[in-house]
Amino acid sequence: MSGSLTSTIRGVPATGFVASRATSEPVIVRWLLIATAVLFLGVFLFLPLAVVFFTAFQKGIAGYLHAFQDPDTLAAIRLTLLAAGIAVPLNMIFGVAAAWAIGKFEFIGKSLLITLIDLPFSVSPVVSGLIYVLLFGMQGLLGPWLIAHGVRIIFAVPGIVLATIFVTFPFVARELLPMIQAQGNDEEEAALTLGASGWQTFVRVTLPNIKWALLYGVILCNARAMGEFGAVSVVSGHIRGLTDTMPLHIEILYNDYQFVSAFSVASLLALLALLTLVVKTVVEWQARRQRANEAFEGSKESQ
Amino acid sequence: MSIELRNIRKQFGQFVALDNIDLDIPDGQLVALLGPSGSGKTTLLRIVAGLEFADCGTVQFDGKDITDRTARERRVGFVFQHYALFRHMTVFENIAFGLRVRPRKFRPSEEKIRDKVEELLRLIQLQNQARRYPSQLSGGQRQRVALARALAVEPSVLLLDEPFGSLDAKVRQELRRWLRQLHDEVHITSVFVTHDQEEALEVADRVAVMNEGRIEQVGSPDDVYNHPASSFVYNFLGNVNLFHGRVDDGTTYIDEKASGHLLFVRPHLLEIARQPSGPTYFRATTRHINSAGPLVKVEAVTEWGASVHVELSQERFRTLQLVKDEVVFVIPKDIAVFEKNGNS
Repeated sequence: MSGSLTSTIRGVPATGFVASRATSEPVIVRWLLIATAVLFLGVFLFLPLAVVFFTAFQKGIAGYLHAFQDPDTLAAIRLTLLAAGIAVPLNMIFGVAAAWAIGKFEFIGKSLLITLIDLPFSVSPVVSGLIYVLLFGMQGLLGPWLIAHGVRIIFAVPGIVLATIFVTFPFVARELLPMIQAQGNDEEEAALTLGASGWQTFVRVTLPNIKWALLYGVILCNARAMGEFGAVSVVSGHIRGLTDTMPLHIEILYNDYQFVSAFSVASLLALLALLTLVVKTVVEWQARRQRANEAFEGSKESQ
Repeated sequence: MSIELRNIRKQFGQFVALDNIDLDIPDGQLVALLGPSGSGKTTLLRIVAGLEFADCGTVQFDGKDITDRTARERRVGFVFQHYALFRHMTVFENIAFGLRVRPRKFRPSEEKIRDKVEELLRLIQLQNQARRYPSQLSGGQRQRVALARALAVEPSVLLLDEPFGSLDAKVRQELRRWLRQLHDEVHITSVFVTHDQEEALEVADRVAVMNEGRIEQVGSPDDVYNHPASSFVYNFLGNVNLFHGRVDDGTTYIDEKASGHLLFVRPHLLEIARQPSGPTYFRATTRHINSAGPLVKVEAVTEWGASVHVELSQERFRTLQLVKDEVVFVIPKDIAVFEKNGNS
């Protein structure tokens, strides 16, 4: 009896991919659908990616490396790292705090806060940039006061940092929120009754439970912070070596017909995108493995 | 440590969860809060723990007012219905948590923590599972770990929210006997919430029966079962047959047209006979007979068309040679009488 039962269960994975005959399609239809998807991916994703690396290495490795000896390029890379280096940690703190507040507490204006967090997703980046120009620019609301006190925000580094923060602030909160909501309050309450302080509860109980979602949120946030073009372009003023970030610098190089240099810098951003994909895959693989482990242990338990 | 609750009231929006609750829990007792879902029992437990705060009223531990203290300051052990174990920590680390988060001054040495955890692991009979994660344990094992974790900080009171609610029947039986044993060894004042009357009556020293945010009766299991203070308590503790009736000169008559009194009779307190006897009886026709089990369960339809449940011993059943669709006399041996909308 138990023998036949096990063999049926063992039989499942072997036939797992060939879904039941009732829901499967004729071979031709299947191949047609797969071919369409592959073609689409090839033309719109792999081809551009290949072109970036192909053009970057057109003049060999020496040509590729030469692109990074230009002081303006180095300045652009430094500025991008600086902007992301400020925006990402701040948005990480904000994202955790917002997701925590929304996920764990009931308060008036909660749905408004959720809508506001999504605002940068729904507003055109150009408009986001313009908001800062209208606020801090020469003719802006606070502009004259700032100039009188010698503070430059627009067409300077602070403006770029501000625009980057604005555009990237939904990522961490959005990644964490569903996770925190699904987990509920039980473990935190248990920690409190055991005598843990609020901070100890956060560090020892909450954080370990959300670490993978947090990591992924931070990676996404970082990718966008480094790649942002529109909003930063409006507030930057395109002063070479001073207020050019990597994406802006790529455009300038390209417009100067320095294709190899332009695509070399672009390849860095493309690598960042690939890294994001790798991390995402690893994170999901980890989560799946954990689930599989639990299921496996559970089945051992019941035998 | 004794617990005194005075005048506790709690409202969620328009819903009154608790209405003027007064309850004394003597030192060292194991008390059950028993009631249907929505009766406010879990809310009351959470107010004792400091996880929820009452709108008014006071909570005292050993006569000391701790109404405004936080859960952290109250030093209670709380066991959650769904265990709430820290899923990223091993069994060992779960139990050690309460000791590790103490301020440095009061934190035991690593060696003392290990001794304490091992002692608790022996108590819950899971010495070999210390390195496992909660996801690798069965439900009953998880609940025992949750209990050990709560006991590790040597709490002044132990509070358990539906501790066996999500376990299957067999494990449940085992665990509640084990809890009773544990309490007899440790003697810590304990309160547990349950909706299962059998569980409350079997495990607790005292039972507080709750309904719609109020306490209906507090007493020993024997008290509440055999001398229920209200029709709700009688109805909630075990199966009953409900009749209408009247009381004349101290004699109770079953009379479907009367409206003054509610009469309750437990199935095993109804007798089936071929001949009438005594002042109170009625005729009924047997419909279903289930003779599997220690008692034979008979479902019958009364003269006035209501259904009535009777339980009789296998012996009596064989003597009667009862069959389906037979007209018999049903004689109540003991009737609990309650005035309508009030107490007896």
